[in-house]
Amino acid sequence: MLRHENATQPDTLVFQKESATHGIIMNTRGLRSQLKDSVPVAGLCPQGAYGVQDSMRSGFSSVKNELLPSHPLELSEKNFQPNQDKMNFSTLRNIQGLHAPLKLQMEYRAARQIQRLPFLQSSNLALDTLRGNDESIGFEDILNDPAQSEMMGEPHMMMEYKLGML
Amino acid sequence: MALSSVLETPAAGFNFDNVARNAALEGLFDGRTPKPLKTGTTIAGVVFKDGVVLGADTRATSSEVVADKTCSKIHYIAPNMYCCGAGTAADTEKTTDLLASNLTIFSLNSGRNPRVVMAVSILQDMLYRYHGQIGASLILGGVDCTGNHLYTVGPYGSVNKMPYLTMGSGDLAALGVLEDGYKPDLELDEAKKLVCVAIHAGIMSDLASGNNIDLCVITRQGVDYIRPYQVSEYRDKRKTKYKYGAGTTPVLTEEVVPLKLEVVEEAVQQLDTA
Repeated sequence: MLRHENATQPDTLVFQKESATHGIIMNTRGLRSQLKDSVPVAGLCPQGAYGVQDSMRSGFSSVKNELLPSHPLELSEKNFQPNQDKMNFSTLRNIQGLHAPLKLQMEYRAARQIQRLPFLQSSNLALDTLRGNDESIGFEDILNDPAQSEMMGEPHMMMEYKLGML
Repeated sequence: MALSSVLETPAAGFNFDNVARNAALEGLFDGRTPKPLKTGTTIAGVVFKDGVVLGADTRATSSEVVADKTCSKIHYIAPNMYCCGAGTAADTEKTTDLLASNLTIFSLNSGRNPRVVMAVSILQDMLYRYHGQIGASLILGGVDCTGNHLYTVGPYGSVNKMPYLTMGSGDLAALGVLEDGYKPDLELDEAKKLVCVAIHAGIMSDLASGNNIDLCVITRQGVDYIRPYQVSEYRDKRKTKYKYGAGTTPVLTEEVVPLKLEVVEEAVQQLDTA
């Protein structure tokens, strides 16, 4: 990102390098993953540094497991909410102009950040109210309730993953 | 037990973890994979002068076995709407339950009675989202402020609005009867008889439909859920309850021996009651 229009290319690179906090460049994958727009096909790809399978945590990988998205609905379900939002925002932009979806998206991003620590259950009340989910019931409310999940994540690991330190 | 491989809370809703396992197991079953409970059904609906009549048989099958002889296939949606469900039994029940809950929330929020088109739109959106993986073919009928309506929603989300409809594996036989006997503005008794004959035709021609016939009559005045309307003449005479009345076993002799007890110790404890 050019800070000064007269700056030459090497200058901007140096600027970016030296502006990192105390010389330590923090991996913002953790925080940015919360605000991601959609889960791409490669979203089913292994987690770990540099996108390589983390054998210690998830065992050995096989090509077959990773290439096939297994169920035809799996990807479309993961992307359903983001796609609905995109569709609604684009309709809103066409009807009411750019400001309406911009303001709504700002509110969504603000509401999405009101969360508890990752291993605790967040009520997501503000986000639900904005989306209108507080007035409807779907399969995501009755099936697989995360509050009653049988598997518990290790709190320290989940926290580190969220902050991108893992 | 805290697992170190779980890095994010699992998403709510459908879980696809077992798909890979099922694919791996498929080769081991030799073609005899366990099948879900289907209703393998005949359901029909007819719009008559004052409302809607819905009919259904009561057999639920699990491949070749009759799993339930008194299955209830007409589900409550709203005080003025009922829905017959064909297809996978669990899918029809849960889908209609969700629909009923959503309509109740809506009517509590807005203070209005839900309309049949609303229910149909919600069903259509829900079923289309899952691209036919939810195997529910439904006939939705109801009476609202705009009139008497009958809709059918297919598993992929297709909607059809007609004065008479049939769904399920016995639908062709039932539809033949309805095509022949339907007239606009039928009376209540004629409509009930017509639906009953249609379901009966489905039962006779389809192995997966059978047992009793249920009817549900929805009018502006209210709902009449007749279960069963017609009981199958081939039903067996087995009793479902094996409770014997008093006096089944005759008493031959009776001898009363009082127990002799002495009072050894008596202690009185006061309860603190205010």
